[in-house]
Amino acid sequence: MNKEKKVLLKIEDVGLLKNDKWLVKGVSLEVKQGEIVTLIGPNGSGKSTTAKIALGIYKEVEGKVKKFTNKIGYVPQKISVDWTLPIRVIDFMSLTDEPTNEQINIALSLTGVEHLRDKSLGNLSGGEFQRVLIARAIAKQPELLVLDEPVQGVDFKGEVVLYELIKKISEELNCGILLISHDLHVVMSATDFVVCLNGHVCCSGTPQVVAKNNKYQELFGDRASSILSLYEHKHDHTHSQDGTIKRKQ
Amino acid sequence: MLDDFFIRALLAGIGIALVTGPIGCFIIWRRLSFFGDTLSHSALLGVTMAVFFNINISLSVFVISSLIAIMLLRLQKTTKLPGDALLGLLAHSSLAVGLVVIGFLSSIRFDVMGLLFGDILAVNQNDLLLIWIGGALILLVLKLIWKPLFAATVNYELAEAEGMKPDKYNTIFTILLAAIIAISIKIVGLLLITGMLIMPAAMARNISNNPIQMVKLSIFGGLLSVLIGLFSSLKFNSASGPSIITAALLLFCLTLIKFKKVSELKK
Repeated sequence: MNKEKKVLLKIEDVGLLKNDKWLVKGVSLEVKQGEIVTLIGPNGSGKSTTAKIALGIYKEVEGKVKKFTNKIGYVPQKISVDWTLPIRVIDFMSLTDEPTNEQINIALSLTGVEHLRDKSLGNLSGGEFQRVLIARAIAKQPELLVLDEPVQGVDFKGEVVLYELIKKISEELNCGILLISHDLHVVMSATDFVVCLNGHVCCSGTPQVVAKNNKYQELFGDRASSILSLYEHKHDHTHSQDGTIKRKQ
Repeated sequence: MLDDFFIRALLAGIGIALVTGPIGCFIIWRRLSFFGDTLSHSALLGVTMAVFFNINISLSVFVISSLIAIMLLRLQKTTKLPGDALLGLLAHSSLAVGLVVIGFLSSIRFDVMGLLFGDILAVNQNDLLLIWIGGALILLVLKLIWKPLFAATVNYELAEAEGMKPDKYNTIFTILLAAIIAISIKIVGLLLITGMLIMPAAMARNISNNPIQMVKLSIFGGLLSVLIGLFSSLKFNSASGPSIITAALLLFCLTLIKFKKVSELKK
């Protein structure tokens, strides 16, 4: 691993106690430049909570939270915008920063919603709004992106495109990404580091390491680990132009 | 016809409408109408304190309203009561305490009707100075905090996550609200301030599709209400404060009609 990569976010042994119950406890992780770190885990395992602790939305927490950048783009899992507010997509794009017109247009076309630029935010469908949320987060050229189930409600075709986009962004902007996703296919194929949560860190490491971990298999079942073998299989051969399989040595 | 007192009234009304326009938009966006009410109720306590300690009314109202507002923000975080219950609690306790204090001040009389409904025709030069300087300051601060405040209004968590410090700006906004109530209490009275704050913004909401447009229309609507209200109060000899609010109501109804037509056209 390249040692010059800047650490953007570091949380150490954090926990959040709410109504006498630990939502998460003893979670540590680190996001570096150009790296995608994914949080996985069953419902209620504290993925979103961990992201919100890392972002400083929850303040009264145990442990240490250190952010080394202020250029942060956040795509929350749930967002309730009050529709008493007259606000268009274009107004929403520069909510927390001043992206240039060009940056806004590029971001909107990358997520496939440039035609919604002057539409009112309240009139968008769930999937459209989700795309706008992602566009807003990337338009400001962040150093750190926190994406909490970013493709929920997006159609199947869009899902693939958006995940490819996320991968591309992490390379092009060289930003660190903290991703929460249920899509184990994506997690296992496109991620540098996986943290498997279940109230605490149940296991973590590269996708290959996590997939072989017993606890991961307990949590997600046998099929989950076979997902990785699917990807590993993918890389053990290439196709020549006439379609015949060439085995790698 | 246009006497000195009337010119002063116009200037005062215009000054206030310029400030209540944008502040009113935030009140509507943040669902704070009842909060405005609570603060203006607490202004009664502020006025009695001013009489009691013989200090400037606006200053005293500003201090008391700010205290109540900050108390509310604290209570919201520390108790399990819903926001509206806390607002009711603070509104009525400050009102009651204010009335009790008035009872002790039997030697001093002051114009209760004027306090409740304001007396824009009795505005003097000092009041005008206070409105225009205070108003300019409020607008300046609002302009400076516009971006983070607006971000916090759209979504608290997004604003917090992306370093916009929403708690800080929410508090500043609350203090601005106390300030506008302090400078306008003498003009529109404590029962009608919330009306002056939310009615222009409400009519603007009907006919706007983006935040800046809504703020501009809200200012425009407020100015129009002041002009119509004051001139008709002169003509029909009606109470000036309530006339301004009635004018605002009529304008609001007009925007409803227009809004309907526009939305029908879209279909």
